[in-house]
Amino acid sequence: MSLTILNVIIAVVIAIGFAALNAAYLVWAERRGAGRIQRRPGPNVNGPLGLLQPLADGIKLMTKQLVIPGGADKALFMVAPVLAMAPAIISFVTIPFSESIVAHSMNIGVLMIFAFASLSGFSILLAGWSSRNKYGMMASVRAVSQNISYEVPMLITVITIVMMTGTMDLKELVAAQSGGIWNWNLIPSLSSPLMPVAFLIFFICSLAETNRAPFDLGEAESELVAGFHTEYGSMGFGLFFMGEYANIVIGASLITILFLGGWGCPLGLFPGVWWFLLKIYMLIFSFIWIRWTFPRTTIYGLLNLSWKILIPISLFNLLLTAGLLKVF
Amino acid sequence: MGAYFTEIFRGLQSLAIGLGITFKEFFQPVVTVSYPYETIKMSERYRGHIELIEDEEGKAKCVVCGMCERACPSGCISLASESVEYEVEVKGEMKTKKKKVLTKYDLNFTTCSLCGQCVENCNFGAITFSKDYNLASSRKEDFHFDLLNRLKERNS
Ligand code: SF4
Ligand code: SF4
Repeated sequence: MSLTILNVIIAVVIAIGFAALNAAYLVWAERRGAGRIQRRPGPNVNGPLGLLQPLADGIKLMTKQLVIPGGADKALFMVAPVLAMAPAIISFVTIPFSESIVAHSMNIGVLMIFAFASLSGFSILLAGWSSRNKYGMMASVRAVSQNISYEVPMLITVITIVMMTGTMDLKELVAAQSGGIWNWNLIPSLSSPLMPVAFLIFFICSLAETNRAPFDLGEAESELVAGFHTEYGSMGFGLFFMGEYANIVIGASLITILFLGGWGCPLGLFPGVWWFLLKIYMLIFSFIWIRWTFPRTTIYGLLNLSWKILIPISLFNLLLTAGLLKVF
Repeated sequence: MGAYFTEIFRGLQSLAIGLGITFKEFFQPVVTVSYPYETIKMSERYRGHIELIEDEEGKAKCVVCGMCERACPSGCISLASESVEYEVEVKGEMKTKKKKVLTKYDLNFTTCSLCGQCVENCNFGAITFSKDYNLASSRKEDFHFDLLNRLKERNS
């Protein structure tokens, strides 16, 4: 009994550590990457290559006072940032980084991650609502409609994959794709010829789910000051920030597991955690790259994209796959 | 229906082009100049505050005609001079002559509009624009320049 509790504690500590480390250094990578794309150096003063910058940012955020605006709903105001960070950390528990590195493998891992992912929309809603700020309110309205409309095509795509592999266990999903790049879900097969399209849809939806540019309507700086976290300072803001980056890691991990063969090598050699990390960091680089390439969409463009393009196509893909699975 | 798919295709195409551009920029050299650790050379025609030009002996070329002082629309130049006697040889005879020597050339940079009238009006090419742009201070006295003194400091 005590051993299992110890296991749980170790797993949680590692998950938090991994999430925090990633959040800190992804911010650094994001700023350096943005700098390079705009042909400036980015943070380069603190430490070699600016590598101590996240530390400085962390100290700055932690030493500031957390101001709760008058008229705000205190309890919800405090809960919202925690709710942004916690689901991301919980999701880490079930993600298999390799054959053996997984804190707790579940047979409904996919379902669990999506259940917790939808909580992040909730935290944005609470943050905007409880801070009693018109910008926050507007942002939460936007973010919620965005999250709802992008979860639909995302889940339809996941259903397509679950139908093909017949499992919701993340480890088995990877196992079904082992052996080489030709087994990956990304590659069109006889039973689902539209898989690259499904990958694209899932990729776009992950961007939208993590509220990243070009879908960062929830924090549109030019219109809404800072959106849902306008009133947050100090570590309240810090937690939102870390939650965002932790969610990016989760999104990249999910794409890797569902489409890119998890910890498998493209040629079927030396499967292991290094392939998994390589794949997620390449995906994260593409997230950063996309963020600094495209301007923000409008709210209409965003909803149109989901309801008029992504949902019909993903539904079509689902039906096509269902039919072809019967045939072959 | 056809228009629907062409629109999606066109959209994706333009997104890919955008990504291509930023990807290329990613590997280009950084153009930032990390001022104040690095500086760039000021262009030929940069107009800073004015500065005296020296002659071959290292003295100010200015003959104190006062044209710059009069031309300045903001009245920020003030000059002072004294007469000195000097001897020249004219047709084998030594003669004493008088000439004006600059003793003070003050520029009140707080009101200077950098219009360049002073430089335009100097018939002797005795003043020019400096390339000094690192001017910052919290006291306005720091912008009353003693140009003669600056010239001496430059030469010492
Ligand atoms: S630049 Fe114009 S304003 Fe400045 S000292 Fe010369 S004449 Fe006066
Ligand atoms: S116009 Fe030229 S020569 Fe005359 S006083 Fe001014 S600087 Fe000296």
